Amino acid sequence: MLGRIFNDLDRAEDAVQEAYAQALDRWPRYGLPENPAAWIMVSARNAAIDALRRERTADAKRQLLANLEALIHADAPFDGEAMDDRLAMIFAACHPALNEETRIALTLRYAAGLTVAEISSALLVPQPTVAQRLVRAKHKIKRARIAFAIPEAADLPDRLHDVLRVVYLIFNEGYASWTHSNLVRADLCEEALRLAELLEKLLPGQTEILGLHALVLFHDARRATRVDDSGEPVLLERQDRSLWDGRKIERGASLLEGASRYRAGPYLLQAMIAREHATAATWKATNWRRILDCYDSLIDKDPSPVVQLNRAVALAYTQGDESGLAVLDALGARGALVGYAPFFAARAELLRRVGRRTEAGAAYSRAMELTHSFAERRFLQRRLAHLTSLESLTT
Amino acid sequence: MEYACLFYVPEDASPGPEVYAECMAVAEEAHRAGAMVNARGLEDASSATTVRIRDGKRLLTDGPFAETKEVLSGFFIFECASLDEAIAWASKLPQSRYGSVEVRPIRALDP
Repeated sequence: MLGRIFNDLDRAEDAVQEAYAQALDRWPRYGLPENPAAWIMVSARNAAIDALRRERTADAKRQLLANLEALIHADAPFDGEAMDDRLAMIFAACHPALNEETRIALTLRYAAGLTVAEISSALLVPQPTVAQRLVRAKHKIKRARIAFAIPEAADLPDRLHDVLRVVYLIFNEGYASWTHSNLVRADLCEEALRLAELLEKLLPGQTEILGLHALVLFHDARRATRVDDSGEPVLLERQDRSLWDGRKIERGASLLEGASRYRAGPYLLQAMIAREHATAATWKATNWRRILDCYDSLIDKDPSPVVQLNRAVALAYTQGDESGLAVLDALGARGALVGYAPFFAARAELLRRVGRRTEAGAAYSRAMELTHSFAERRFLQRRLAHLTSLESLTT
Repeated sequence: MEYACLFYVPEDASPGPEVYAECMAVAEEAHRAGAMVNARGLEDASSATTVRIRDGKRLLTDGPFAETKEVLSGFFIFECASLDEAIAWASKLPQSRYGSVEVRPIRALDP
């Protein structure tokens, strides 16, 4: 019956289900209607009309999203409602009730404006999977009522942390791609940079946003020198500093002007570390003392094993390789980084420098087994080959 | 004595109108017998968020509660404007500290 009226069986079925659901809720509370069958029929028709109305609203919302995307791409001045809408959209897309891969896909779609095809190639996930993730996420946002809103002041720091983390993950995937044969993914680096810029314009005066923006700028400034012509990673100490993007470094440095490490959050501290590397005239001129200080502050905020690993490397440069190795050994003994390739790569470097070549070789091999990056594996292979050729020279 | 009857169904089940009709018939019968208190349907499991508080930190999981060693022990129904509000209430419940609280929207009923 309704099928005829609406010419659409799915829609009619939905409407009938909705009507039964209403009956299930209302009849027990308010009593049975006089003619239950007629009641169902009328309710189903109303439900179908509501559904059509909702679809029209959804069309309007899609139009709004399209407009916002257009705004994001055009370098339009940021003002008024559009700005709040965009920010609200980023916060909804990065909501902690969505899992991380969903947040990244949503942010790339609705905040960075990438198409499903672009996200698919950026994240190396098949298009149907991306589309499915987006559909599921939109379903959840709608059904669970994830608010398109800027969180209350009290919740802002936590939620901002989630937003920054998503932007950071997008940059990280671009800068040190674990899954792709190319180590550096320019497209993702640029999207992350654009998102960081956007956040800074939308929420001015938030030091952690400044920190993330500066951090991305410093790393991105070195992008061209991170890999050689054959796509293999080049160590920081061998990178041609004259090819670094001076404008990005200057911009990053100006963002950090006046920032103090004593009151800085994790992103600002990481940015200060990156600044030391980006502004040192030569590798030898790197101020490891200041880098170590920043790591000490960072460990207070984030005592994770990965931060401790990075601090150990800075320690090795200030107080000698043996000191760094001792910290790495202690970390290894706790078993926290047993599956983390960079731990074994760092350990291999320090072991090599103190002349423990056999152990260094074993550590390089372990790092090679663990890394998911093809480029990284080739790089480690070369380090290992170099080590064994030294071995054969000296024995 | 009131009894809660909780539905457990396969995740991919998509009940047709006949299931709703059958539920209705039961509701009607229970109503006539004076046994009907309330009945509500939930949105599907993919709309769920699971809330846990551990060491004072709130952990959210995208998806339904899925721990076989924990069992259902009760429920609250809160009226909230958004998921964030619902999560805030869920986080106040002591069960979020030693168990899990699944936050699932109740299927909307337009009057």
